[in-house]
Amino acid sequence: MDIVVCVKHVPDTTEAEIGIRDDEKGIKKEGLVFDINEADNYAIEEALLLKEEFGGSVTVLTVGPPEADETLRMCLAKGADRAVRLTDERFEGSDGYATARILAEAIKDMDYDLVLTGCMADDDEAAQVGVTLAEMLGIPHAALVISTEVEDGKMKVHRELEGGLHEVLEIELPALFTIQTGINEPRYASIFGIRKAMKKQIEVLDLEDLGLAEDAVGEMGSKTSLVKLFIPEVTTQATILEGSPEEVSSELVTILKNEGVV
Amino acid sequence: MGEVFVLAEHRRGEVRDVTFEMLGKGQELAAAMNTPLAAVLLGHNVDGFAAELAKYANQVLLVEDERLEHFNAEAYQQVLAHLITERKPSLVLIGHSAYGMDLAPSLATQLDLPLATDCVGLEFEDGNLFAVREMYGGKVSARVTFRPADTYMVTVRQAAFPFEEGELLNGEIITVDSPLTGEIKYRRFLEYVEAAVGEVDITQADVVVAVGRGIKEADNLPLVEKLAEALGGVLAGSRPVIDAGWLPPERQVGQSGKTVKPKLYVAVGISGASQHVAGMKASGTIVAINKDPDAPIFKVAHYGIVDDLFKVVPALTEQLGG
Repeated sequence: MDIVVCVKHVPDTTEAEIGIRDDEKGIKKEGLVFDINEADNYAIEEALLLKEEFGGSVTVLTVGPPEADETLRMCLAKGADRAVRLTDERFEGSDGYATARILAEAIKDMDYDLVLTGCMADDDEAAQVGVTLAEMLGIPHAALVISTEVEDGKMKVHRELEGGLHEVLEIELPALFTIQTGINEPRYASIFGIRKAMKKQIEVLDLEDLGLAEDAVGEMGSKTSLVKLFIPEVTTQATILEGSPEEVSSELVTILKNEGVV
Repeated sequence: MGEVFVLAEHRRGEVRDVTFEMLGKGQELAAAMNTPLAAVLLGHNVDGFAAELAKYANQVLLVEDERLEHFNAEAYQQVLAHLITERKPSLVLIGHSAYGMDLAPSLATQLDLPLATDCVGLEFEDGNLFAVREMYGGKVSARVTFRPADTYMVTVRQAAFPFEEGELLNGEIITVDSPLTGEIKYRRFLEYVEAAVGEVDITQADVVVAVGRGIKEADNLPLVEKLAEALGGVLAGSRPVIDAGWLPPERQVGQSGKTVKPKLYVAVGISGASQHVAGMKASGTIVAINKDPDAPIFKVAHYGIVDDLFKVVPALTEQLGG
């Protein structure tokens, strides 16, 4: 089974203070630690598991700056066969649609049975690129996939719905799945894998290599445009208890007793 | 100007809440755009739903077909592509749900429509549509606009627009012939599976102590478990803790897990992503312990402690005599 996995190199902002750039079109990236997007890490693992079971190859693909090589190398170290980075200054400002266009152009001439993406990127949180890409490639898709199984050349997948419910689907190949976190247990790369990955070439393709028109990418190729970013207003403010851990604990217990909840 | 479409979402005999939330917001947008509001209902034997939706819309476009009994992105896309091409709505609202995420991006791409996903704000101003959406775990908001088009598509975050009994419009139900022909080719619905069945029902507890990514490793869980015991409550978790396999799926609080409404909810090391908040915001008293003062959980908490959970949780447990 030949599998293409699309990944994104994103900043970890779970515990970081975020500042907005003066032009209001992006966040300040200085000091942030970047890593593979969480759901994409599960997607690459799912691809490697399928390859281990059925043979074939795993190609990992990203749209991003040269720093994204860190994420691509980690995927190679875990067992991906080939890594491709799509990089061009003119890609900047692409929305989910234009980003999918760039990926589609790179993937359309590859041989593949399956395309995997994470179900959502932790920076934009749009959950848009994967399913858009499927339509551009003209293949069926399933979003929020939480288990996969191969059966008679088709695949049986579980999609995660709300409230602890899954739906089970049968889908023809080639297909695209957007992978939900928790589908598997992502591996860590071995030292041997990391050494081997250092020697592998990362292919880099730009706008001309892909044969895309300039107005198909970036802001011109996008269907939405960002007016500005802002820090959301805090609507309800918690009462913040201050003091040592002992002091705040004592105060909290008093409050909870007064409210009758303990 | 074409109608505002709201795609009705239903599953296992019930119209999902997001449908009414969109109808409420849709009424406001349709009024601003001076155009009718149409609920679009795809299904099989759903006349009852049509009557329910008609209360809040100027019309219900009903497509009846046994192939539409269960949601199927492939079938839905064919039907909606047909309806949108025929009727040219100005705006199509779809839930940012497991269904909408599976449908809207491919439908918009097929029809070449601009799409903004997971929107928490929508306004029609001086002839232009603006959307507000969140990024970076809810720490940043983005105001976006659309490239000019006849039809715009938006997916709407679940529970972002509270539905307070919208205006009664008592619209008419219009049956539209199903454009589907033959079998659904590539994708077949097989069944539903309950994924979160277990011994403990966290929805029945008066006190829920939930732990998140901040706990760092499984070995630290007993710390929070002791607090739960001292409070006479149950231990639950946010998505990262379940994904890591540290707690079983039936303990997950959030959109894809359980919705809880205990008297007391204590969030320990949980940042408060919208998917988590959806599952706990109706709790009586909410306490959050997190070292990040910007964590969105403090927006829904009543009481907050901004400190290291590894110091606060043992102190709190001791204070409770645990």
